[in-house]
Amino acid sequence: MTELQSIASQVRRDILRMVHGCQSGHPGGSLGCADLLVALYFQQMKINNRKGKGGYLSFNMDGKGEDLFYLSNGHISPVFYSVLARRGYFDVTELATFRKLNSRLQGHPTTHEHLPGIRIASGSLGQGLSVAIGSALSKKLNGDKTLVYCLMGDGEQQEGQVWEAVQFAPNNNVDNLVAFVDVNGQQIDGSTKKVNDNRDLGAKYKAFGWRVLHVDGNNMDELTTLLRKIKRLVGKGQPIAVMMKTEMGQGVDFMMHSHKWHGVAPNDAQLEQALSQLEETLGDY
Amino acid sequence: MKKYTFTEKKDTRSGFGAGMQVLGQTNPNVVALCADLVGSLKLDAFIKENPERFIQCGISEANMIGMAAGLTIGGKIPFATTFANFATSRVYDQVRQSVAYSHKNVKICASHAGLTLGEDGATHQVLEDLGMMKMLPGMTVINPCDYNQTKAATIAIAEYDGPVYLRFGRPVIPVFTDADQKFEIGKAWMVNEGTDVSIFATGHLVWEAIQAGEMLEAEGINAEIINIHTIKPLDEKAILASVKKTGCAVSAEEHQVAGGLGDSIAQVLIQKHLAPLEYVGVKDTFGESGTPAQLMEKYGLSAKAIVEAAKRAIARKK
Repeated sequence: MTELQSIASQVRRDILRMVHGCQSGHPGGSLGCADLLVALYFQQMKINNRKGKGGYLSFNMDGKGEDLFYLSNGHISPVFYSVLARRGYFDVTELATFRKLNSRLQGHPTTHEHLPGIRIASGSLGQGLSVAIGSALSKKLNGDKTLVYCLMGDGEQQEGQVWEAVQFAPNNNVDNLVAFVDVNGQQIDGSTKKVNDNRDLGAKYKAFGWRVLHVDGNNMDELTTLLRKIKRLVGKGQPIAVMMKTEMGQGVDFMMHSHKWHGVAPNDAQLEQALSQLEETLGDY
Repeated sequence: MKKYTFTEKKDTRSGFGAGMQVLGQTNPNVVALCADLVGSLKLDAFIKENPERFIQCGISEANMIGMAAGLTIGGKIPFATTFANFATSRVYDQVRQSVAYSHKNVKICASHAGLTLGEDGATHQVLEDLGMMKMLPGMTVINPCDYNQTKAATIAIAEYDGPVYLRFGRPVIPVFTDADQKFEIGKAWMVNEGTDVSIFATGHLVWEAIQAGEMLEAEGINAEIINIHTIKPLDEKAILASVKKTGCAVSAEEHQVAGGLGDSIAQVLIQKHLAPLEYVGVKDTFGESGTPAQLMEKYGLSAKAIVEAAKRAIARKK
């Protein structure tokens, strides 16, 4: 296992234990996107490593001089929270408060409870790409050369606002923006193909004027290679869209190949079975 | 009755445009966004002087609101502009999640509010916007009364850190407030001190209320008139002080009675000082095409309607 893979394994354990701990939340998409978030936060993104109160990473909402990440499909908050905690924004023990009363780790990410690392509320789908574009425009106005990353779901592509944003970005040369679409082919009511077929998403983004790339989002080598390539492709007049093929429930055999685990928590036995498939690399919280 | 005169009539949206021009010259963080209504929002001067700080969104209001939220990250002060209907009801969830819940420093600036948008008819005549926006936690809601006050409010909200809904309109109405006024968010403006009835008016109905005050004076009724330019946070202190003195009240607004300024005042009176309150507003109906003056008359928003409401309120005292 590489270092990134080892972190991703621990993040997957965190996800399962968080969702199990409150018997709610969305494990499927969280497990599928664990590799991307780990690769972004532990290798790709330029992050201010200055430590503040309590030895945690100091968080500044404006994020000047830092790469910024926006999670549009906010329901996969478990992976976001785990990665932020493991990266050092807050204590990993706080992951145990996920979805519980008086927690900063709300069901869907929010700035309202001032959890370090979160810059916008998300959960109602389709809004994150617009926010990411605004953030990228803010960087341009500030002469800030750092980048903005955004992750959306593929089911989310059924929201109309996504396409307002998809049309805007290339027309306005928002080339400091990288949008990932988590193509796991599943949504709550079944496969995206059956529910409301997105058809060829890559072709659509391309037709709107994006530079489109494809990657296996559960292959860390492929991911890191792609992310290195992206660094050379930004700033060339076009926003970048990555169609990222993932498996919902990746890493846990009985959660894969189905939409069943989109928003269902494992019971005690299922948790044990799932954890047995994922190495504890950094210590459970 | 204090005398109010005017030398010219102007639309409040032009006051917004003038305020934006000032902000363009004085505040480098101010950014304007518009959804294909640059002329209607009077943004031409701002765009001419600050082309790099203007973002043409096209007919994509949801994306505009989201981008405005994102622009605040990095310290920009986005003014997202379009018609009031498209700035509120069309994008309510975007405003709720990306702006209000996220507490972003976005200024939602909305023209063509209410019936007086006129001939375009009910599809465009939003009469629910104040209610929708005031219900959002942390949202400041402002509805100034004339050109000068709109200009001053536009400049003032850039200094305030937090989400704001600024509402203005299309009709050309008397300019009767001071050109160099300082706008204080949340501070009601005493238009005329009186003793018999408190008339709380917002937006261009403040001018109607002044006309009503003069009509009432001719009948021996001494009306207190207060301009509630900030619907939220509401100046409860001013409202209570006035009603305690006069013993009854009238609210006047170009908005549905349900959820508007009148409802906000009713909540204050019910909880803190029971007194008769009569509503001047639109009563659970959509608008229609017509000239602004015709619509104001037909839907009971004129000075005459305020006079009648004042008399009803006075009759209910004791």
